[in-house]
Amino acid sequence: METGLNLDWSIAVNALPFLLTGAKLTIIITVVGLLIGFFIGAITGLARTSSNKLFSGISTVYVEIIRGTPILVQALYLYFGVNQLLQHSAGFKIGSTTAGIIAIAINSGAYISEIVRGSIQSIDKGQVEAGRSLGMSSFKTFIYIVWPQALKRMIPPLGNQFIISLKDTSLFAFISVAELTRQGQMSVSATFAAFEIYTFVALLYLCMTMSISLVLRVVERRLDVN
Amino acid sequence: MMIQVIDLHKKFGNLEVLKGIDNNISEQEVVCVIGPSGSGKSTFLRCLNKLEDITSGQVIIDGIDISDPNTNINKVRTELGMVFQQFNLFPHMTVMGNITLAPIKELGISKKEAQENGLKMLDKVGLRDKADVYPSALSGGQQQRVAIARALSMNPKIMLFDEPTSALDPELVGEVLAVMKNLANEGMTMVVVTHEMGFAREVGDRVIFMDEGVIVEENTPEEIFSNPQNERTQAFLSKII
Repeated sequence: METGLNLDWSIAVNALPFLLTGAKLTIIITVVGLLIGFFIGAITGLARTSSNKLFSGISTVYVEIIRGTPILVQALYLYFGVNQLLQHSAGFKIGSTTAGIIAIAINSGAYISEIVRGSIQSIDKGQVEAGRSLGMSSFKTFIYIVWPQALKRMIPPLGNQFIISLKDTSLFAFISVAELTRQGQMSVSATFAAFEIYTFVALLYLCMTMSISLVLRVVERRLDVN
Repeated sequence: MMIQVIDLHKKFGNLEVLKGIDNNISEQEVVCVIGPSGSGKSTFLRCLNKLEDITSGQVIIDGIDISDPNTNINKVRTELGMVFQQFNLFPHMTVMGNITLAPIKELGISKKEAQENGLKMLDKVGLRDKADVYPSALSGGQQQRVAIARALSMNPKIMLFDEPTSALDPELVGEVLAVMKNLANEGMTMVVVTHEMGFAREVGDRVIFMDEGVIVEENTPEEIFSNPQNERTQAFLSKII
C-alpha cells in the first residue's frame, strides 16, 4: 500500500519560470531600495557625527523609530495606512512594489546610518589632524582621508545588511508584491506541491544571498591592496 | 619674527593647561621644548597651528594672527609642517600618495610635478626606494621619516615636531633625529617638543622648560643643561639625565 508522499519535482521545475519572475522583482526591490537606503544612511550617518544638534537630533529620531518598529509594520503602514491618507487628500495611491522599495530604503537606511556613523567614528583622530595640519579643509580631509578608510570598514557590516534587506523583501508578500515568496505561495496554492516549490524558493534566496556575499568578498579583497 | 606668542591661555573645560605663554621664535631658530608630562608642552605646540583652539591671547605666524577667527587657518597651515608622535600616515595610500595628496589638492600643482618634488623629499629622508609601498610595510622610523617628507612637501617655513621619537623603538630613534638635524642645518625654523635631551643639546639653539602651563625657564642648551637656574628645572633634569 502506497502511504508515503510522492514528491514530484517536475511540478517545481515547471513553476520555475514563474518563480524567477518573482526573483527578478525581489532583486529589483532590493537593489533600488538599498541604493536609496545607502544614500539615506550615508547622509543621516554623517549627520549623526556632526556637531550640529538639529542634524544629529533628526537623524537619531529617524534611526530610533525605524529600528524600533518591524519592517512588516512599516510596509503595512505605508501601503495601507499612508495610502488611505493619500487617496483622501491627493487622489492617488503608492503601488505595492513602490511601497516595498520605499520600505527597504527607509528601513535599511536606518541600519546603514549606524554602520556609517560607527565606521567614521572608528577612524583615528590623528588622521584628521594630519590632514588639517597640511592645510586641507575639513571637507577635503573627510573626502580624501576619512571616507575612503571608513568605507573599507563599512563593507562587512554592509554585506550583512544587504543580505538582511534582501530577505526582508519576502515580507512584502503581505502587501501583495509579486516577489519570490508571493509567487511561491501562488504556485503552491495552484499545485499543492508545497515541499517542492518552497525548496526551490529557498534555494533561489540562497543563490541571491550567496551572490551578495561573493561580490562583497571580491570588493573587500580589491580594497585591501595594502 | 617667525612666531610670536603673546599671553597665550588654553583651557579644556575648567582645566587651564596653558597659563599665559609669551615667546618669540625667529627665523632659522631651532627651539626645543622640554618638561614633564602634563606640563602643557604639546598643547603649546598644537596651539601654534591651531590644532587646539586658542582660549585667549595671540599667536602670530609670519605676521599673520591665527588667533583672529577671520584668518584663513588652512592657508597658514600650508606654511607650518607638523610631525606627530604617532606618525599619522594615511594607511590607504602609498608613500608617494601620502606625500603628494596635499600639494595636489591644496596647492593645486600637477600630479607629475608633485611626484617629482615628492621624490626630492624622499631623497632628503633617505627613502626614495619606498615611494610605492604602503606605510604598513615600513618600520616606525621609516614611517616617521615619510611623515617628515610629507610635511616638507608643502614647502613650509616652519616645522613643528610633537615628540617625534617617543613612539619609536630605541634603535630607530637615531635615523629620525639625523633627518631632523639635517633639516636644522639647512636653516629650517623648528619647534620640537622632545624628551631627547641629547638632540636638544646638540641641535637646539634654545631650550624652553615648561611646567604646569608656564614657561619656567629658557636658555641656550649649554646653560639649561649645565647650569639650570630654577628649582623645578633642576628637579626635572636630575630625574631624566
